[in-house]
Amino acid sequence: MKKQEIPQDPSALNNVTKEVAYAVDDAGNYTTDLSTGWSVKAEALDHAWQDIEKRVADARAKIERKEASPLLYFMEKKLMDIKILSAYTGFWGITIKRHLRYGPFKKLNQKRLEKYAEVFDISVDELKNPF
Amino acid sequence: MKLDFEHIQTAHCENGVSVSLLKHAGVHQMTEPLAFGIGSGLFYIILSVVKVNNAPLISFRTMPGKIFQRTCQSLGVAVVRKKFVSKESAQRALDERLQQGLPAACQVGVYYLTYFPKEYRFHFNAHNLIVIGKEGDNYLISDPVMEGLHTLSSYELERVRFAKGPLAPRGQLYYPGTISKPVTDDQIKAAIIKGIKRNVRDMLNIPGFFAGVSGIQHTGKKIKTWKSKLGDDKARSYLAQLVRMQEEIGTGGGGFRFIYGAFLQQSHAYHPVDELLDLSVQFTKAGDRWRDAAIQAAGIYKGRLQSQADYNVMGDMLIEIAAMEKKAFTELKAVAKQL
Repeated sequence: MKKQEIPQDPSALNNVTKEVAYAVDDAGNYTTDLSTGWSVKAEALDHAWQDIEKRVADARAKIERKEASPLLYFMEKKLMDIKILSAYTGFWGITIKRHLRYGPFKKLNQKRLEKYAEVFDISVDELKNPF
Repeated sequence: MKLDFEHIQTAHCENGVSVSLLKHAGVHQMTEPLAFGIGSGLFYIILSVVKVNNAPLISFRTMPGKIFQRTCQSLGVAVVRKKFVSKESAQRALDERLQQGLPAACQVGVYYLTYFPKEYRFHFNAHNLIVIGKEGDNYLISDPVMEGLHTLSSYELERVRFAKGPLAPRGQLYYPGTISKPVTDDQIKAAIIKGIKRNVRDMLNIPGFFAGVSGIQHTGKKIKTWKSKLGDDKARSYLAQLVRMQEEIGTGGGGFRFIYGAFLQQSHAYHPVDELLDLSVQFTKAGDRWRDAAIQAAGIYKGRLQSQADYNVMGDMLIEIAAMEKKAFTELKAVAKQL
């Protein structure tokens, strides 16, 4: 990449920082310059967020059909999977899997609800009634 | 209290930590490309069974922590690395280090990293930053990928140091040990050779299909099957993830080829062998092709390109890049023997 080809596209980093890019000058020597972003990767990031929004919407629909518990909604919303949620709560993966079902979640005791709420930065009330 | 510390912005966080801390410790020759090359940072790996954000794990750099560790060790500098069970002792160790007037690097997760834009905050736990001071309850942070300094409260710092999930940092604190005698140019020369040889090995000689140039080739072949096997939606998400891993801030797979090109140019100053300059050009070309591949991928995940032929073009680009890098590293292997 030539120095003058370093992309200067809008990105989510605007107003936060520019990033360093390596490129060659006219004499073929490596140098660095700052870049505001590149549309190609901004679009990749947008795509990742569209996927997340879709997963959150799917979770919501499932809960409304009583096929999943509100835990699924918050897990997707916080970009977690069972592994990460397990690491933050200290619950086993298999336990979380059970809590993701509508019925078993209803029977959860206060202590476990509080643990989930703490990890998600929400109140127990919100956890139980997300919408 | 703010230490006398020069904030250096770099393309990649671990390179940046290595450069800044080593410079601060007195290794004045250090630059980002040298740290990256001596630390044998260039890599490629795809693990389809391990999923990150619901897509295969792909990495364009070596294991977290390795660049710093290898660069220090090659220069005869000790590495101090501490992990903690308790949050209190993690903070105490950091405070004691600062009180001695010395900076320390932390491995952190970015999900709770408050000064990062929201769009970038995923559960990624291998970001690196340097703590360079404390004022009241606030820590002063030199984050190598950011233009300026930032602050984190003790709670915010604790939260990112104890992020959970894959690659959990567990409070990890690290810094170079004291350097008793200055690092000489001869040491740098030897470290460059070692770094090149190790990088050649990582890219050419790891058995199996998932790492090094064979990993790139394997990914190319796989991409051609994604559309029919996974369906359009998933195939697009996989490609978007590939590009994010390749180009996103602090990971830059295409960018890493340029940094490696810069490394070979800088190595020429220590080892005046002209083949190094020619090889630098080859890596620049490989980096350019990675960028072309990203543009092709963007066409697909934006839905502008939809046919199987478009996936084939994308796959073939990676296969071509694998061949380019195989040639470059094979030649580099021969050159390293003469140095």
